[in-house]
Formats: sequence, C-alpha cells, structure tokens
Amino acid sequence: MFDVQKPETAVDQTAIKIAARNVQVFYGNTQAIKDVDVDIQDKTVTSFIGPSGCGKSTFLRCLNRMNDTIDSCRVEGEILLDGQDIYAPRVDPVQLRARVGMVFQKPNPFPKSIYDNVAYGPRIHGMARTKDEIDEVVEKSLRRAALWDEVKDRLDTPGTGLSGGQQQRLCIARAVATRPEVLLMDEPCSALDPIATAQVEELIDELKQRFSVVIVTHSMQQAARVSQKTAFFHLGNLVEYGDTNTIFTNPQDHRTESYITGRIG
Amino acid sequence: MTSQHIVSSFDRDLEALQAMIMKMGGQVEMATTNAIKALETRDLELSQQVRRDDKIIDGLDEDIKSETARVLALRAPTAGDLRTVLSVMTISSHLERCGDYAKNIAKRTTVLVEMTTISGTVPALRRMARMVERMLADALDAYIQRDADKADDVRDRDLEVDQMYNTLFRSLLTHMMEDPRNITACMHLHFIAKNIERMGDHATSIAEQTIYLVTGELPDEDRPKGDMTAYGAPDGDAK
Repeated sequence: MFDVQKPETAVDQTAIKIAARNVQVFYGNTQAIKDVDVDIQDKTVTSFIGPSGCGKSTFLRCLNRMNDTIDSCRVEGEILLDGQDIYAPRVDPVQLRARVGMVFQKPNPFPKSIYDNVAYGPRIHGMARTKDEIDEVVEKSLRRAALWDEVKDRLDTPGTGLSGGQQQRLCIARAVATRPEVLLMDEPCSALDPIATAQVEELIDELKQRFSVVIVTHSMQQAARVSQKTAFFHLGNLVEYGDTNTIFTNPQDHRTESYITGRIG
Repeated sequence: MTSQHIVSSFDRDLEALQAMIMKMGGQVEMATTNAIKALETRDLELSQQVRRDDKIIDGLDEDIKSETARVLALRAPTAGDLRTVLSVMTISSHLERCGDYAKNIAKRTTVLVEMTTISGTVPALRRMARMVERMLADALDAYIQRDADKADDVRDRDLEVDQMYNTLFRSLLTHMMEDPRNITACMHLHFIAKNIERMGDHATSIAEQTIYLVTGELPDEDRPKGDMTAYGAPDGDAK
C-alpha cells in the first residue's frame, strides 16, 4: 500500500541555474554583502534565512538586478544565469526580469483589473497575441496561483479590491504568467493567514517542477517545509549553505544553530 | 549548546524533560540493585517491592512521552534542541525496558527462593549486575554532561558484560548436565543473566544517544560483540 520512496525533501543532483561568485554589494560606503559564493540549483527551492539586516534580501535582489534602481548601490563579482553574466552590458534588465520573476513582501497589484494584472507581462513581452491566447495564459496563471475559483466571475474588477491574501496570490499569478525560469520571493507569506500561506507553499512546491524558486523568509518552519536547500546569512556573510535537512537537524556552524533554535548570540 | 533560548520557557521545558530522565534513571538503578539484592538475600518482600515499583518507572515513561509530544507540537524544536527531544524519547524507552528486566528478575526470585542454591552463580550475577548498573549510571552522566568520550567508554564496556554472560552460560550448562534436578533453577538463573546482559545493551544504546546528541550522528555498528552463545554451546560443553 505504501511504497518506500525517497523523502520529498531529498535533493536531486540537478543542474546549476544561478552561480554567484565573490559577490560584494555596497550601499555607498557600507558593505552589505561580503564575498558570497553560492550555486542555486535548477528545479529546486532554495531558502535564504537570517536575522533582519543580514543581507538576504539584498542578495536576492541582485539575482534579477533589482538593485539597479538604487543609485548608491554597487554590485561586484559575478552572477551567472545559465552560465551567462547577468551584469554584462548587453543584458537588458527588463528581459532578465521576465526570466527571473519576483514576488514581494507586500502585495503590489497594478491599479488595473485582475485580468490586466496577469495579462500585462505576457502582452509586453509578446508572449501571447490573440485574445484567446491571453485568456488562456490568464486562466492558467490564476489557477496555478490557486486564485482562479475565487475571481473567475469578476476578472474585470480592480486587483486592488481583493483581500491581502488574494492580492498576494494575484501577484504570484502575475509573476508566473511570463513563464520565468527563476522565481524570487521576498517573504511572500508574511502578510498572509495560515490557509493562504499553505496555498502559496503548495504552489511553490508545484512551481519547482518547472523552475527554481528562491525564497527569503523569516519563518524557520516555512524554510524547513518548502525548501530543499537553505542558505543562512549573517552580517552580510553566507555562513552556511546546504541541504535543508542538514541545516535543521545538524547544522555545522554554531551561528546557524543559535539562529534556528532561537538562542542568544 | 549552553547558551540560552530567547524564549526562556523553552529552556525550562527542555530542562524538565532531562530532569525526568534522570529521575527515571535513578528509579531503574534502584530497581536493579534491589532485584539483585533480593535474589542474593532471598528477600521475598524486597522482590515484591521491585515488582510494585516498576509502575513508577512505567508512569515516568508515559509522562516523558506525552511531554515530548507537547514540546514537539508547541516548540517545533530544530537542530540540537530537536536532537535533545528525540534522545529523551529514545532513552526513556530504553530505561523502561531496563525496568521491565529488573521486574522480571524479581519475579524469578520468588520462584528461586524455594530452591537450593547453585553454587557460585549468584555472586557472578551480582558482579555482572554491578557492572551494568555502573554502565547505566555513567551513560546517564555522559548524557547530562554531553560527554561523547565518556559515552564511548560505556559502549566499550559492554564487551566485558557479554563475556561475563558467556562464562555464566557455560557454568549453568555444566550444572544442568551434572544434575537434571538443577534445571529449573538454572533456567531461571540463566534468564536473569540474560536480562542483565540485555540491560547492558540498553545502557550501550543510551550511550549511543549521547553521541548522537553531541555529534548529530549515530556511531557505526563496529562495536565488538562478545555474546557468542547464540551460535550454540561454547567450547563444546554440550554435544
């Protein structure tokens, strides 16, 4: 009745999607990230954990050049997406962000209808042309974000009129509509109730069939539940990076242990 | 991991669990000592008390199990904390089994007091029991002190217990062959020896839990095994 199978958290030796080498990030004269080396695997959920101000969000934002919008921010080192430097001059950040999508902590739907929120990306990137094609992308994306049943009868109402949890799932639908290869999530569930959180986690689990997901979270239990790889950041350093199983049962660095077990120091 | 949790009630929960283990360990040591003492002095009353007191050990085991379930559900411990809770659960089961063995020794004593003594066996059983009691005490000390070296030492000592058991096994066989009227008493004494030998194995498992708690990994099964009686009669004592 019950087949013996590998636990779902087991990590396959899959290809490396993003490789970061000696990454340093400065805000003016302050160094926010110190010499971070990390390989993000394809078709895997990787979580970044660490105390506030440790640099995990800053590092996440480097992966799709969101830091470009901050004038004082300077990124050094190399970040390779499928072996190609994303900071090379010929790379168009807008195209890059279609490949590396992002979901933020606070839901930020466009002041447009639910339908247009989702259709926006595929339209500007020319991924769907006819009305039927766009309809299909919108429905599929909303279904994958577990929102379709709740909004299918009011697609033309404003996205901003939805509840917080629904808005966040709308933003996820918007992010997956462009069929990104990597999805970055910066505390996507911090404003959601447990049910919406579970729906988002279920979605993350489904998304990893197709691409890699990187999630920043303050919830240890969320990191343990959804990710196969965990990176612990502290004061701008990547202290420990490894299988989530190991990090949560037998971490090698005492700073990681103190943090995940809720100890002082 | 000596530093404290930010939530201090978590520290209190973990300390309470370990205090319960120590209390249980004390009860098991006492049960073992008394069970052997009752056998040695043919003290029927003391053996009855050992049998009664096993309920205390069983009760502690139940309390520990429900308390660990509560800590797991409410605190969601990780890393060293998780290993602490898991090891408490496992050690509690081992101690509970040891308590059962002591109770079984006491039960057999009530039969043995009616019979003639088999010369030399009871002192040998006492030495073996002393050895196992010290292993149990040291295993629990090593656990509380998070001392993997001390735990390793306990593991090594199990070989001696196994060898003592082998010797006893052989001499009991001899007694039974010499006079079949000894068989009933010898069978009971053999089970008592086996019970003590098993307690040594449980002490070893407790020591292994300490190693798991400290290092995060259970030690390899490369421990030398001394109990060869399962392969037949040693040294051709019985053909």
